[in-house]
Amino acid sequence: MGADDPAGTARDYAAVLSNAVVRFGSFTALQDISLELEQGAFWTILGPSGCGKSTMLRLVSDLVPAASGEVSILGKSTEEARLAREFAFVFQDATLLPWRTALKNVELPLEIGRRRNIKIPVSDRSPRELLALVGLQGREDALPRELSGGMRQRVAIARALVCQPKLLLMDEPFGALDEMTRDHLNLQLLQIWAETGVTILFVTHSIPEAVFLGQKVLMLGANPGRLREIVDIDIPSPRAIKVRDTQEFTKYTAYLRRLLEAD
Amino acid sequence: MSGADGSGSTAPEPSAGKGKFRRLLGHAIPVSAAIGIFLIWEVGVRTFGVPNYIAPAPSDVGRTLIEQWPLLLRNFWPTFYESIMGFLFGNMAAILIAVAFVHSRTIERAFFPIAVFVNTIPILAIAPILVLIFGAGLTAKVVIAALICFFPTLVNMVRGLQAVSPETLELARILSASKSEVFWKIRLPSSLPFLFSALKIAATTCVIGAIVGEWVGANLGLGALIIDSTFNFRSSLLYATVFLSSGLSVMLFALVTIAEKLVVRW
Repeated sequence: MGADDPAGTARDYAAVLSNAVVRFGSFTALQDISLELEQGAFWTILGPSGCGKSTMLRLVSDLVPAASGEVSILGKSTEEARLAREFAFVFQDATLLPWRTALKNVELPLEIGRRRNIKIPVSDRSPRELLALVGLQGREDALPRELSGGMRQRVAIARALVCQPKLLLMDEPFGALDEMTRDHLNLQLLQIWAETGVTILFVTHSIPEAVFLGQKVLMLGANPGRLREIVDIDIPSPRAIKVRDTQEFTKYTAYLRRLLEAD
Repeated sequence: MSGADGSGSTAPEPSAGKGKFRRLLGHAIPVSAAIGIFLIWEVGVRTFGVPNYIAPAPSDVGRTLIEQWPLLLRNFWPTFYESIMGFLFGNMAAILIAVAFVHSRTIERAFFPIAVFVNTIPILAIAPILVLIFGAGLTAKVVIAALICFFPTLVNMVRGLQAVSPETLELARILSASKSEVFWKIRLPSSLPFLFSALKIAATTCVIGAIVGEWVGANLGLGALIIDSTFNFRSSLLYATVFLSSGLSVMLFALVTIAEKLVVRW
């Protein structure tokens, strides 16, 4: 990724939030969030329910506006970044269109805006290759109802990658899956991250998942939603599942659990 | 739509032969029940000596169906035509108005109560009014058939167009989709299962509408034949006409069901 700006400006960061505030009416969902997400990083967001984890992703993805403060993505406003498809979003529910095959679902972002002659960035990988990247070769023509929950979520990830986003926002994407599938998808996601170099901001309510995936864990607090601590996870990549059995790993999870309980 | 679909949903079959047998049995039960009712009817009419003009035996009705086939067919086509036209216009109007409702809350608020009001008027009460307005020709019957189709399709179509999850709409927003892209790529396809439920209702009710229209004023058509044969005590012909009109409904229903299987594959 081009660090052609030696001065270290906002463009070097996938996302920069400075004193960002989100309000819903009189309720303050997020208060004074400031952070600088480096390009190519993988950060996870953890916190009690109602702390504004999802709201933070929605703020970055231009789904909710900032009441005050600033959010920029690769030096652009969130709206400009959205129009340029700089980021993609993966929801907890796969949100596939049930009448489209897996391949057609992956191709959806390429169809949106085509008739309006909007310039859409396209991944070097074809939709078929992206399906193969998430381990779904041979299932291109399957309808969503013919796929398991984990497979559907992998289609959603392939769809998110089809416009070559710089930033991937994931809102508890594996929250509804069983543990085995979840482990498998966690490993696959780390692999995709390594292969594509995409920056990932990943919301989860699972402490082990947050530690296993993240280079940093953002710990949010509730009432009002705020950033409490950024915890560096010094476990070298590539990580294998058995990392979770190390003392180092449990040290992090224990620390984060204490933080969560102390809120 | 191959038969395998139907059996696949029941249970895992140990062998194809057994599955076939089960499916045959599945058809045999309703068919034998129907045959049983016809038999009881036939025997009942014969043993109690019920006069033909009060309740004709099924065999009489069957004979009339064959003997009077040209007459029946001559009266079938106008009703068929009115039903189809009413079906097309009524549903088309309902779909377009549903789109307008979903597009604008103001339009919905303005016109939905009127649609409900029109729907509450019994079709038998509104039919003479429409015949007065449009005359005794084809138009009045088509309008009545269209009117009876209209409301269920309107309600279902509005629901179908709105049956898109908030997350899917967020996805559309993140992709910066335009309103028309959301409509064509997301809302319209997701409304199709709802639309077909309504079309199945409309397939049977449009025939009712056409027949009611013919009762009020027509020389030709199954509705006119029903009135005519009733007043002339030609009960066998009346029954045969009733069977034919129900056959028309079943045929339209089957056509819609086939179309649904072809279109809604998910």
